[in-house]
Amino acid sequence: MELRKSYFADVRQNGLNEIGQPRPRLDSPGHVTGKTAYFADRNFPGMLHLKMVRSPHHHARIRSIDTSEAEKHPGVVKVLTAKDVPHNVYTILILIQIGPEDETVLADGKVRWKGEAVVAVLAETERAAQEAAAKVKVDYEVLPAVFDMEEALKPGAPLVNEYHGQNYYLYDSGECRKVRFGDVEAGFGQADHILEQSYQSSPIEHAPTETTGCVVAPEGNDRFTCYTNTQAMFFTLDNASIILQMPGSKLHFVGGTVGGGFGGKVDVIVEPIAILGAKLTGRPVCFIYSREEEMQISSPRAAEKVVIKDGVMMDGRIVARKVTGYTDAGAYSRHSPYGAQKGAAHYPGPYTIPNVWIDTYCVYTNRTPSSAMRGFGVTIGDFALEVQMDKLARLIGMDPLEFRFVNAYRDGDMKAHRQPTEGAALIECMQEASRAANWPVAEKYMAMSSYTKGA
Amino acid sequence: MTLALQTFSTVKDANMALQAAGTRYLGGGTLVVRAANEGDVSVSSLVRVTEPSLSAIAVSGGETRLGASVTMAAIARHPELAALAPAARAVGGPAIRNMATVGGNLFAPAPYGDFTVAMLALDAIVVTEDGQVPIQTFLAGRDASRAIVTGITFVLPRAESFRFLKVARVKPKGVSVLSIATLLQRAADGTVTSARIALGCMADRPMRARAAERALLGCRLTAEEIAPALAVAGEGTSPITDPIASAWYRNEVLPVHLGRLLLA
Amino acid sequence: MAKVPVQFTLNGSEKAEFVDSGTTLLHALRDKIGDTSPKGGCHQGTCGACSVIIDGELRLSCLTLAETCNGADIRTTSGLAEAGVLHPLQRAFLDAFATQCGFCTPGMIMAAKVLLDHTANPSREEVVEALSGNICRCTGYEPIIQAVLTAARANSQNAA
Repeated sequence: MELRKSYFADVRQNGLNEIGQPRPRLDSPGHVTGKTAYFADRNFPGMLHLKMVRSPHHHARIRSIDTSEAEKHPGVVKVLTAKDVPHNVYTILILIQIGPEDETVLADGKVRWKGEAVVAVLAETERAAQEAAAKVKVDYEVLPAVFDMEEALKPGAPLVNEYHGQNYYLYDSGECRKVRFGDVEAGFGQADHILEQSYQSSPIEHAPTETTGCVVAPEGNDRFTCYTNTQAMFFTLDNASIILQMPGSKLHFVGGTVGGGFGGKVDVIVEPIAILGAKLTGRPVCFIYSREEEMQISSPRAAEKVVIKDGVMMDGRIVARKVTGYTDAGAYSRHSPYGAQKGAAHYPGPYTIPNVWIDTYCVYTNRTPSSAMRGFGVTIGDFALEVQMDKLARLIGMDPLEFRFVNAYRDGDMKAHRQPTEGAALIECMQEASRAANWPVAEKYMAMSSYTKGA
Repeated sequence: MTLALQTFSTVKDANMALQAAGTRYLGGGTLVVRAANEGDVSVSSLVRVTEPSLSAIAVSGGETRLGASVTMAAIARHPELAALAPAARAVGGPAIRNMATVGGNLFAPAPYGDFTVAMLALDAIVVTEDGQVPIQTFLAGRDASRAIVTGITFVLPRAESFRFLKVARVKPKGVSVLSIATLLQRAADGTVTSARIALGCMADRPMRARAAERALLGCRLTAEEIAPALAVAGEGTSPITDPIASAWYRNEVLPVHLGRLLLA
Repeated sequence: MAKVPVQFTLNGSEKAEFVDSGTTLLHALRDKIGDTSPKGGCHQGTCGACSVIIDGELRLSCLTLAETCNGADIRTTSGLAEAGVLHPLQRAFLDAFATQCGFCTPGMIMAAKVLLDHTANPSREEVVEALSGNICRCTGYEPIIQAVLTAARANSQNAA
């Protein structure tokens, strides 16, 4: 490893003890000896196995649920439906006042995506739970479903989620998150060239090697220990407290090493129902996703569509940028209203553009609810923005790296959402990238600095 | 109901037990235990046999017999079966190859069953206690098969006449987009005098590319002369669509990969 | 529910248990015997996290029924260190930053162990092939491959 100390030499401290030094990972000795404890390494006598009966339809009304045969199945201890869940309709971001509550722990009257949880079966063995789950009878009336964001936003589209009343998240700013900076139409009027392009992405599954799950043990005093691989410990504890209508002091959450998360383990899905099962049976309960559930049921990264319209001058300056972003939340909000909002803040990219217009929509469809994944709301946007930057450079016949130097934000520049830029280092990163990749740029760009305008 | 395993020392006794409803034969476990793990509750009983002959490999002259319990790893490392090693190594990773058997591979639904594609190109004979069946007949009726396969026999191909290709997106181990096995006899001038081409993933089980086989007769293996065979390679196929590839994609790339294999 | 006896050697110690017929070796090891070093990542033979060594061969414990292992010699990563001294593979994984979340590590080490048991000086290609049934989703394959090559070198130097 090499540290380039020439950059920002005036603010760089010498004599750092840790930076630039290899240090052993604290958790490695446990990993290589197989001693690291993951949630599923906890085993309790008499532990019950929870299996979920899931919707085979993308959108359907539930006419009736018959659990009588499943309840009689040998080894079955408890069968749970919506009526057993104290506060069945929830949304995780309610903790930061982002409502409305729009999702059911167990489906009540309706399913809105294929794979939605309907009935939970608790049995002595995994096999008995699987056999009993196959005996649960659910009578569905299949409803028209919508899978495409633009179709979902059209008048007359099937209504996905009644708790919203329309197929988009209603922000305090209206049907979308908005950023308005300068006069974007005037910018387009002044531009030498205008380029409008659409970009889109499919959902992406995190596919951690360890599937989502938890093990819950009653402590015998109305308190429950929940060993979980959640990436959001206190989010999960607080939401479990709301869903179960139990004070947080009754919930003892134990986290620790997670076998891969990548953002896929921030939803509150397995813990509340497993704790409820433990509470109603007085027995330890494990609820661990199968590989198929991890791939099909756990939230993926949202599908996104990004439409970018740019006005550019022949000298390389981008003078106007209009972005419309669509985030496919699937059937429920989870983290997607926040993801779409992040996109709005991010969309001008790390570039200083005087005229900016941004609308980002969080759209509901009958697809698997999406949620967090590594830079969600930003990553797909960056893909779109940087492909767009290459296309713009080609359009005006400029080197793509030099084109980015021309537009890079620097300290003191006002960003579109009216945060002044500080601590920028994009110029210096690109200078080093130019050297490392042997992609030379004109000397004037190598002489630029994030500190000062000019050049 | 639980999953119960019964172990027998003879195929005869196991065959009797296998007649009971909900019973399946346990070979290496890579198909049937997987199904049970994934919640297939239709199987409640497993039967296995410990008879040593099932694990035997016999090569005499060209005549070869593989016991049904012979693993892919045993084939891959057997000095006399070098021609089949690429097909055996195409199955799974090292651990799977230590478990997966010749007999089990005959039942593996697409996209699995790469080794059986090689067996189909060799026109192998499938052996049960009831008798011997050509592999193509066996594959057509395998869903209803209730007799334990004890082995498979075939004439070992000369290395230069047999080719095998597995196309996967991940190297070195990935699930098949498709697999191809060819057995070609050629005259002194290089023209093809007989051709057998077997395909994997181009239907729910391995199949022969009959039209391409016919079109290849009398051709030398040049890009120009094999073109008519490649053009009809997809005749009669109904490829699977799965997370690895769509049916459309498999049909599109089949001639490309068959061409590469023939010209290699 | 019919219980069946299983008896085998685990990392050199005799083990005997009664399990439900049809129980996988993975569940027997983890839930009955208490060796949680093999991990259940897919239960379908795809991820390799449950890899163990049975009679010298790499096997997937999630697809192996416990009752078929009677009399077997079973090795897992938890038994690799001797008297608290890490095996060269463990040392190399630790030094080469070949672990991230750690969930694939015990399986990776088992796959690598079988390779080194049979091939003292493997090529990079042989290492890649040996690890090809084991998935690392933190995508740390390169340090893992380097760790196995390093351990092989350390082994052959000790032998010399």
